[in-house]
Amino acid sequence: MTQLISILTTAVTFGTVIMYGALGEILTEKSGNLNLGVPGIMYLGGISGLIGAYLYETGVGAANALPVVGMIIAIVCALAGSMLGGLIFSFLTITLRTNQNVTGLTLTIISAGIANYFGGTLSKMAGGVGQISVAATSSAFRWTQSLTDGWGEFDTLFFNYGFMTYLAIVIAIVLSIFINRTTKGLNLRAVGENPATADAAGINVTRYKYLATCIGAGISGLGGLYYVMDYIKGTWANDGNIEALGWLAVALVIFATWKSLRGIWSAYLFGALCWLYYYIPGLTRSTQELFKMLPYVATIAVLLFVSFRKRKEDQPPASLGLSYFREER
Amino acid sequence: MKIDHKKEPIIRISKRVGIQFWKSWLIRLAAIALSLCVCALLIFALSGLNPIKVFGTMAKGVFGTQRKLMNWVRDTSVLLCIAVGLAPAFKMRFWNIGAEGQMLVGGIAAAACMIHLGNLGMPNVVLLLIMASASIIAGGVWGVIPAISKAYLNTNETLFTLMMNYIAMQFLLFFTPIWEHPAGSNKVGIINSVTKVGWLSEDQKLATPLIMLFIVLIVTVLMFAYLKYSKQGYEIAVVGESQRTAKYAAINVKNVVVRSMTISGAICGLAGFLSVAGADHTISEDTAGGRGFIAIIVAWLAKFNTFVMILIAALIVFLDKGAIALASEYSNYNLTNDVADIITGIILFFILGSEFFINYKIKFHLGKGKEEIA
Repeated sequence: MTQLISILTTAVTFGTVIMYGALGEILTEKSGNLNLGVPGIMYLGGISGLIGAYLYETGVGAANALPVVGMIIAIVCALAGSMLGGLIFSFLTITLRTNQNVTGLTLTIISAGIANYFGGTLSKMAGGVGQISVAATSSAFRWTQSLTDGWGEFDTLFFNYGFMTYLAIVIAIVLSIFINRTTKGLNLRAVGENPATADAAGINVTRYKYLATCIGAGISGLGGLYYVMDYIKGTWANDGNIEALGWLAVALVIFATWKSLRGIWSAYLFGALCWLYYYIPGLTRSTQELFKMLPYVATIAVLLFVSFRKRKEDQPPASLGLSYFREER
Repeated sequence: MKIDHKKEPIIRISKRVGIQFWKSWLIRLAAIALSLCVCALLIFALSGLNPIKVFGTMAKGVFGTQRKLMNWVRDTSVLLCIAVGLAPAFKMRFWNIGAEGQMLVGGIAAAACMIHLGNLGMPNVVLLLIMASASIIAGGVWGVIPAISKAYLNTNETLFTLMMNYIAMQFLLFFTPIWEHPAGSNKVGIINSVTKVGWLSEDQKLATPLIMLFIVLIVTVLMFAYLKYSKQGYEIAVVGESQRTAKYAAINVKNVVVRSMTISGAICGLAGFLSVAGADHTISEDTAGGRGFIAIIVAWLAKFNTFVMILIAALIVFLDKGAIALASEYSNYNLTNDVADIITGIILFFILGSEFFINYKIKFHLGKGKEEIA
């Protein structure tokens, strides 16, 4: 039982990181923009939030730092940093009509460089590798309040997480309502399916694409922030983990078949699949690596299944990955 | 009818119909020059160093000694090989993001042959041929799986090939503990370090990089000819422009997709062989190290012209190596290896953006009647 609880809580915390990344990417892809820069954007979100919190905590002194203020600063910085990444991507792909795959990959390269550069510099400023820590801010992110005190395992399973874990679920629900139940959401889907038709219907394609990509980037960036502040407790490591998580987020978008509600449980399932090897007895160092393959194999299975069934509701947006130019029909 | 000039948009964009060769290259050169200015500013802002001196340091760090120069040749060869491999896929508008994985399985195959066939006493040339074939087959298989599913189920190839990268990486991590040497290091270590069986050449400093360059240049020329002069190359071009036209012209699109992706994956697999047998003599997570992704950018920027790829690959490897040299030279000036990624990224963004000014014409409408054409 304790092992089951343990794998479930691991799945939730790990899954939340990729859920943010995937939710942002779902919004972006609904506008027809395939942003392969998600890992980079998560990097930007994480490092911007960390820089903001670090400057605040060292500015006022670690003893005087108010956790809530640090938290707000970190969130604002993370949103600003990751949305800036989204803006660069939007400008290049929407206004300058560059190839989305290539631009996204470049964004990932440059953002990883920026994040690791500043991560390294901050560590040096803080006195060496692994020395950087924004304890006060991180404590606000990891603050928990149980509503079912003393319920034992139930309590551990549902109320043992920082607020951003629940925020991810809220964002998923809001996104789902927005995309499926509002006029603006309908317009957005029209842009992603067939921009020429949307344009003819008087929808401002450029504005929808820009907004969806930038806001999507902001949500993805929160994933990086959650990872830095909650998952690794307000520190930094140049170990490329955020990048790996970012690619998992791209996979999760497919696994959830571009539906944000489905993204919630799929994210937790991904989290469980990623850590399953840890709970299976008798694995060698070698065979456990085969188990870590599971999320990717599952994603390919979903890809094949979806294209095999050809259900309209499960398909990617029809114009995904294509630039739109009005005069080119 | 009176035209209201106030309501006209300030900027009007229209598609260019053909552009002179020199003009397009002038725009690209301007973009590179502009990006270098931005990089110079950035380096100055981060470290306070004189940017011109910094570029001098980069050049010295890459071309300064024969050894460094040959390392540059070696790494350019591998990157070029992957980019050339991607050319047929991209020309067909098949987004093969999986070069990383195809190269990695090629490397795994080569390493497996080196380790398990290395002590059978066969001549080195035979072993090398077996290794190369194994790599080519492995890469081809890795490339053809997403291609088949694209051809018959219309699966999104970008996402499928991306996932295949991670599966390849897990396979490598699966084999690493089995092949590890010395025990407990969790690294494969230098394979056949005493016998040097399965090495491209014993002379690491000069012969190996030149052999690698030679092989890759042959592949480059062959690919250029294949794409430009062969019937299959023509079919690839037609499928890339319009699948409907291809069907109308009785081209079997499914066959073309599967065939071209097999070739694409096979050449990426060959890059894995070169990397293992030539450059590293080991295999690790760094064997591909993101080069599969950078090669995509190389192939795209070169517009599938394999000769242009030589230039771009050489430039990117220069930037990467130069920035690393810079970081070690000025480590107390706040420069680290990560600056390499930033500089490469900035330059790539500018070259990417410059394509817009090559493909589109921009007209500025400034008030009544005044028109400026840029």
